Amino acid sequence: MTTTEPLPFPGLKGVPTTDEKQTGKDFTSNQEVRWCPGCGDYAVLKAVQSFLPDLGLLRENIVFVSGIGCSSRFPYYLETYGMHSIHGRAPAIATGIATAREDLSVWVVTGDGDALSIGGNHLIHAMRRNVNMTILLFNNRIYGLTKGQYSPTSEPGKVTKSTPAGSVDHPFNPVSLALGAEATFVARTIDSDRKHLTSVLAAAAAHRGTSLVEIYQNCPIFNDGAFDAIKNPDTKADAIIPLVQGEPIRFGHLREDGQPSKGIVRSATGGVEVVDTAEVPEADLLVHDAHVDDPTTAFALSRLTDAGVLHQSPIGIFRSVERPTYDDQARAQITTASAGQDDQRTALSSLISGGDTWTVI
Amino acid sequence: MTKQVKQLDRVIIRFAGDSGDGMQLTGDRFTQESAAFGNDLQTLPNFPAEIRAPQGTLPGVSSFQVHFADHDILTPGDSPDVLVAMNPAALKANLPDMKPGTSIIVDSHDFSARNLIKAGYAGNPLEDDSLADYALTVVDLTGMTVAAVKEFGLSRKDAARAKNMFALGLLSWMYGRPTETTTAFLEKRFAKSPDIRDANITAFKAGWNFGETTEAFAVKYEIKPAPMSAGVYRNITGNLALAYGLVAGGVQSGLPLFLGTYPITPASDVLHELSKHKRFGITTFQAEDEIAGIGAALGASFAGSLGVTSTSGPGIALKSETIGLAVMTELPLVVIDVQRGGPSTGLPTKTEQADLLQAMFGRNGESPVPIVAPQSPGDCFAAAVEAIRIAVTYRTPVMLLSDGMLANGSEPWQIPDIDELPVIDPAFATAPNHEVLDKDGNSTEDFWPYLRDEETLARPWAIPGTAGLEHRIGGLEKGDGHGNISYDPGNHDYMVRIRQAKTDRIADSLPPLEVDDPSGRAKVLVMGWGSTYGPIGAACRRVRKAGLDVAQVHLRHLNPFPKDLGEIIKRYDAVMIPEMNLGQLSLLIRAKYLVDVVGYNHVRGLPLKAAELAEAITDLISTTTGEATADDAGTSSQDKESVR
Ligand code: SF4
Repeated sequence: MTTTEPLPFPGLKGVPTTDEKQTGKDFTSNQEVRWCPGCGDYAVLKAVQSFLPDLGLLRENIVFVSGIGCSSRFPYYLETYGMHSIHGRAPAIATGIATAREDLSVWVVTGDGDALSIGGNHLIHAMRRNVNMTILLFNNRIYGLTKGQYSPTSEPGKVTKSTPAGSVDHPFNPVSLALGAEATFVARTIDSDRKHLTSVLAAAAAHRGTSLVEIYQNCPIFNDGAFDAIKNPDTKADAIIPLVQGEPIRFGHLREDGQPSKGIVRSATGGVEVVDTAEVPEADLLVHDAHVDDPTTAFALSRLTDAGVLHQSPIGIFRSVERPTYDDQARAQITTASAGQDDQRTALSSLISGGDTWTVI
Repeated sequence: MTKQVKQLDRVIIRFAGDSGDGMQLTGDRFTQESAAFGNDLQTLPNFPAEIRAPQGTLPGVSSFQVHFADHDILTPGDSPDVLVAMNPAALKANLPDMKPGTSIIVDSHDFSARNLIKAGYAGNPLEDDSLADYALTVVDLTGMTVAAVKEFGLSRKDAARAKNMFALGLLSWMYGRPTETTTAFLEKRFAKSPDIRDANITAFKAGWNFGETTEAFAVKYEIKPAPMSAGVYRNITGNLALAYGLVAGGVQSGLPLFLGTYPITPASDVLHELSKHKRFGITTFQAEDEIAGIGAALGASFAGSLGVTSTSGPGIALKSETIGLAVMTELPLVVIDVQRGGPSTGLPTKTEQADLLQAMFGRNGESPVPIVAPQSPGDCFAAAVEAIRIAVTYRTPVMLLSDGMLANGSEPWQIPDIDELPVIDPAFATAPNHEVLDKDGNSTEDFWPYLRDEETLARPWAIPGTAGLEHRIGGLEKGDGHGNISYDPGNHDYMVRIRQAKTDRIADSLPPLEVDDPSGRAKVLVMGWGSTYGPIGAACRRVRKAGLDVAQVHLRHLNPFPKDLGEIIKRYDAVMIPEMNLGQLSLLIRAKYLVDVVGYNHVRGLPLKAAELAEAITDLISTTTGEATADDAGTSSQDKESVR
C-alpha cells in the first residue's frame, strides 16, 4: 500500500520545498538518544528520519511537538524545529502553530497516556476541527516514563504497580475513538514494520487535515510482548488484518490452494465479522474503501481489535476522506477581511476613534 | 408649564429593574448622551450571574449606575442621588444604598400583590410611609408607554418592553441630555423591525414630553460640561479598551495577534471584540477549554505570532501549567485575567482583585511572571500595550490583571495619537549566534537558543522557517546558552536565578513613579493598584478638602516593582494599602520592603466606597500625626469628591 497522492501532497500545500538532496542524517540532531535498549521508539525514529527526506521540504519548515512520556522525547532527536511541551497538550499547541502558519509541516508525537488520558480532550477536538497536522500516537498500552502503571489502552485485568489485583478499567480503542471524534484520516501501523510504517506516514502527510496514526509500539521494559501476536512469525498471519485500498479484506494462514483462510464480510447485525474463506463466495468479502464518507464500516472494522490481550487487529488506513480544515478556513477569513484594506496604522487610528466621539478644544 | 432650572455639579443616577427590563441598555444610552454633552463620567453596571434569573425577584435585579459631573471625577459614586426603580424587587434591592433625602422614581405598574410578595414585601411601600424619608415620585411608566405606542399595533408585551426608553426619555429631559445620539442609535439597532424601532423612539420622546408637561416634576437640572484637556474623546468600557490595546500592540509590533481562549465571565467581551478585527491579521481561536486556549496561543508564539489568552481567575488556575511552560521556553505570551469574585466560581459578575497572589505565585517551581494592571476603564488600552511591550521585549509571559469593574465600567477616554504609542521590536533571530570548533579545529557557526541579550537578559526568538536556526525547546530544564536538556545542579541553580534576574531587569525600563502629594507635607502614603485607583483618588481628595495632607501612589507594575518604590515608601511615616482582597499587595510590600503597611480591605464584590475609605485614611493620619480627628473627612463631609 502506497500513497497515490501526487507530490507535493495536498497536506503539505504551502510548505516550501527544496530540490537539494536530503538524507536521514540531515534530520538527525546531535542529541544522544536515550530510550531503553530494545524500545520500539528507536525503530519509529529511524523510520521517520529516513522518511522525512522523501517529502522534499525545507527542514526549517517542519515542526514536531510532543507532550510528556517516553515517546515525547522524539523532537529532541530530530534536526527540525521542535517543542517538548507538557502532558497531554501537544495537539492544542500544534493547533496554534498550524493555524498561525500555513508554511509549516506540523507533527505531533504522543503516547497512549499522553493523548488518551490527560490529553484526551485536546486530541478529540483537534480531530473534529481537522487541523492540518499529523499525530503519531505511540501505543504501548502502558505508562513507561512513570515506571509501569496501566494506561487507558491496557487490557482489563492487567496487573501493574498501580493495579496489583488487576485493572478494572475498560480501555479505549484509539481508532474507534478517532472515528467517533470525526477524524478525517485514521490509520494503524506497527513499529517494527518499517515498510508499512513509512507508507502510512506518507499517506498521513499527504492528507490535508488531522491525520491520526496509531503505532503499536513495544515497551520491552514494562509491557514486553503486548503485540507478540502480530509480530511473531507463527501467529502474525492470523493476527494482522491488512486493510488495503480496493482489495477484499483477507488474512490468516494460507489454505492448501494458497489463499488466505480468513476474510471479512458484513454481518447480519450491521457490523463486520471474520469468516472462513472456504465457506463464503469471494464476492461476499468486504472490499476495503477508506474514502467513503460514512465512517460506519471503518468503525465496524476498528471493533475487530481486541480490548483484552491482543490476538487480532486490522492494520492500515481505516479512513481517509476530505473535509475543509480549521486552519485553512480560519486563514481564509483573515485573508478575506484584509483584502483591499488600508494599511494597519490608518485602520488602527480609525478603529479607536470609532463610535460616538466629541472634541474638546 | 415653566420649570425651574437648578445647577448641579454632579449627579449619580442608578437605573434598576428586572434583568429583562433593558436597564444596561438604558444606562448605556444615558451615558453616551452625557458623554456627548461633555460631562466627565464613570459607570458601574451590576447584573446577576444568571442570564434570566426569575422575573420580579431580588436575584433577578439588574442595575446600571452612572456618575456624571461638570468636573473630573474618579469613581462611579458611592451611593445614588436618584434611583429609577422599574419594579418592587428593584426598589427593595437598591433601597439600602439610598441616603435619606435622595430621589426615587418608581414605575408603579408592577406593584401588584403578587409582585410585592415575590420581592418580599409584606405591604405596598408606595402606600405606607416607609419611603417618607425620600423624594418619591410614583408614575405608571409602563401604562404610559403602552398608551404612547398604541398606534404601532404591537402586542401588549412588546409595547411594554419600550418602558425603559420612556424612563430614559424622562431622565434625559430632567438632566438636559442631548437626544440625538439615542434616536440615531435606536434607528440603527431596530432598522430591521420598523414597528419596534418606531415604538422605542416614540416611547423615548413620550418620556421626554411627559417630563416637560407633568406637574410631578417641577425642576430640571443642569450639569455643565466638564473642562477636559484638548483632544478627541469617546466613552469606552475597560474590555473594549483592552481589546483595542491588544490590536494596537499587534500593529505596533508588526506581529499577527493570536488569541486562544475559552468563554468566561467577565472576559468574553475581549474575544467577541477581537473576533471582529480579522483585517488586522488577528486570529481568534475559541478552544475546547482554558488549557487548549493558552496552549494554542503559546504554539502561535513559538511560530512567530503574538500569543494572547484571556480569562478570569478560575481559568488562570487551569492555565497555570502552560504559563510555567512559557516561563521555561521564554516565549512572549500575554495572559489576561479579568478578575471576578472568588474563590472557585465565586461571584462571576462581581468585581474583586484577589488574583494578585495567584498571578504572582500560582505555579510550581520558581516561576516569575511580570504583572501589569490598568487603573481605569480607558487605561486598559495603555496597560495592554505595555503588557505586549514587556512580553515581546523580554520573551516572557505577562499577566494583565483587569477586573469586573474595569471591564464593564466606562469613562470618557481621550483617544491616543497612535504616533505616540511605543514601537515594539520583535527582533527575531535571523542568524547563528555562536561559534563552535569541530574536532579538526575548524570554526563553524551554531545557534544557541538560550544565549541572552546582555541588557534585557532575553533569549533570541527564532521562529520556524528560519534556516539554520532549527532548535528544540520544552519544559525540561535548559542548559545555559545551548538550551539542551540539563540536569546539572549548578546549571539549574543558575537558570532559576537568571530567569528571576530577567524579570527583575524589566524594572530598568520603567518610568519613575508619580507620587501625588500636593502639599509635600503628607506623612501618610496611600498605595493601590488596579481599579481601586478611582476610589483611592476620590478619598484622598476628600481628606485634603478637610485640610489634611495625604499622598497617593498607584502601581501599574506589580512585578517587578518600580525601582523607586522602596525609597518612596521610606519617605512616609505610614503606608495604607486599600484593596478588594484581604491584603495581597500588603503582603508583597511587607515581604519586599520590610515595612508594616496598614491594610484597608473589603471583598464585597463592589468597588471601595470613597467616603468610607476617606474616614479610614483620616483615622490613620490622626494616629500617625496626632493631629486630626476621625470626623474631619469621610462620610460626614458633604458629598463632594473633588476640589478643583
Ligand atoms: S520504558 Fe518502555 S517505552 Fe519507555 S523508553 Fe523504556 S522501553 Fe521505551
